[in-house]
Amino acid sequence: MSLAPATLRGEVTIRHLSKSFTLDGRPLPVLADVNLQVRSGESLAIVGASGSGKTTLLRILAGLDDADSGEVLIDGRAVKGVGSERAVIFQEPRLLPWLTVLENVAFGLDTRGVSRQEARSRARRYVQLVGLQSFENAYPRQLSGGMAQRVGIARALAVQPEILLLDEPLGALDAMTKISMQQELTRIWRDEDVTTILVTHDLEEAIYLADRILILPREKNAEPRLIEIDLPRPRDRSSPEFVRHREELLRLFGLH
Amino acid sequence: MSYENVNSTLGADFRLRPSATPRFASQVQAFVSPLLARYGIVLGFLALWQIASTQGWVNPSVFPPLDLILSALWDSLASGALLDDIAISLQRSGIAFAAAVVIGIPLGLVMGQARIVEQALDPLLQFFRQTSALALYPVFILLLGLGETSKVFVIFWATLFPILLATIGGVKEVDTKLVEMARTYGAGRLTIFRRVVLPASVPAIFVGLRLSATTALLLLIAAEMIGANKGIGFQVMNAQYNFQIPLMFAAILLLALLGLVANAVLVLLQRRLCRWAQPNA
Ligand SMILES: Nc1ncnc2c1ncn2[C@@H]1O[C@H](COP(=O)(O)OP(=O)(O)OP(=O)(O)O)[C@@H](O)[C@H]1O
Ligand SMILES: [Mg+2]
Repeated sequence: MSLAPATLRGEVTIRHLSKSFTLDGRPLPVLADVNLQVRSGESLAIVGASGSGKTTLLRILAGLDDADSGEVLIDGRAVKGVGSERAVIFQEPRLLPWLTVLENVAFGLDTRGVSRQEARSRARRYVQLVGLQSFENAYPRQLSGGMAQRVGIARALAVQPEILLLDEPLGALDAMTKISMQQELTRIWRDEDVTTILVTHDLEEAIYLADRILILPREKNAEPRLIEIDLPRPRDRSSPEFVRHREELLRLFGLH
Repeated sequence: MSYENVNSTLGADFRLRPSATPRFASQVQAFVSPLLARYGIVLGFLALWQIASTQGWVNPSVFPPLDLILSALWDSLASGALLDDIAISLQRSGIAFAAAVVIGIPLGLVMGQARIVEQALDPLLQFFRQTSALALYPVFILLLGLGETSKVFVIFWATLFPILLATIGGVKEVDTKLVEMARTYGAGRLTIFRRVVLPASVPAIFVGLRLSATTALLLLIAAEMIGANKGIGFQVMNAQYNFQIPLMFAAILLLALLGLVANAVLVLLQRRLCRWAQPNA
């Protein structure tokens, strides 16, 4: 294959991906032949009942776990293991308690051999982006949950990944912090040219943030469904279209 | 209710308290009560000792009054008689402790990380841990002779295990989620070790270091019991032999004080290294 065109940056293709675990000696199928194409710069939300395999899928995409069969292609290339074009944001901030906010944000740059000075100035920019410039020298234990999660987001963005993988990043936050962080994420994603794959079990969050929503079924032989959310940003949670999408999702989950 | 109302009710409440308590007294109390909470039992014990000894509740020739012990300590320090003993004892404990640090920490770091190494060495470790260093002292003497080596070695042996076990424990308790996070940023084994495992283990390692430092000093009494003619531990035994009981207690007290100093030094070092873990740094 020749050089990929610039528009392909951050494109994710999932082909025939399957994964099962063993539970009490018997195979437990979690992902069965998942196929998906995530466009460059798109934000995709993955929703589904608890245990439907959202985290499993995301961990395979991150390269933290291996699939049993099938493949993941990024910009046309099959990938295995972790890679510098992807960054992960977990449900917990996972900050290193012995590093300051700035040092934590610079962590991913350090490990990739960016010079100390360059790392610091880039980290500073991303600390600013998440609005924590006055906490640069604070240690993680001095931060609130929401602030800590913002540091985690800044750390991931600082490595300027093509693809951002998020597993319920706002799941542990209170309702108000959550909404303001969702607004912040919309702003950040508009400015940073990045493909995002977001696992969430908050349907409203999915509609608010995503271009498309993938619904993982509980029964493994059922087809995953995709819903397009074609609303202008920033989105209005009380608009009739928004509400209609929510009702549609609730109906799909049999809750409406 | 408005803000002012809240304030005035509070004010009334304050006025109800006994206004006779002067500020100064309450400041003294604020200073003394934590001290009392912390050292109250020690002070009480010392007071009881002193009274019991001077009142003849206990045999004063076995438990001499504290002032006698303190003056024995002062005399032997001021005359320089104990200085040689202190020097040689510190040397023995120091070499043993340093060796335990130099061997125990790296070995613990490896054992905590590599399951195979740990599984291979664990039975041995459990066996030796259960066997008191003192019980092995005769063996060490047999192998190493009656000189300096066996003395240093028995202290080394006793100090090695707290450091080793604390380090292994520290490494094993490292949050695997942090390791995974580092992995997603492309950190290799060495980077993960240097930037995650090692810093995360430091507080646990210090627990072992502090325990070992105190052990290194207290074990002098046993180590210098046999085949020594100098050292604080030797002075304890010698004074006991010659029935100079105040001097014996003075030497024990000296060891305890040195232990406190060593502990304080390590606490300071730990504070400097682990500023991130302190509540108000
Ligand atoms: N390491 C593992 N070993 C065995 N089974 C596992 C493992 N990880 C996940 N599973 C199983 O795989 C299934 C899917 O788990 P997964 O964590 O992907 O669900 P999820 O969709 O993220 O759920 P939630 O919304 O609760 O986070 C579950 O039934 C779980 O028991
Ligand atoms: Mg999950």
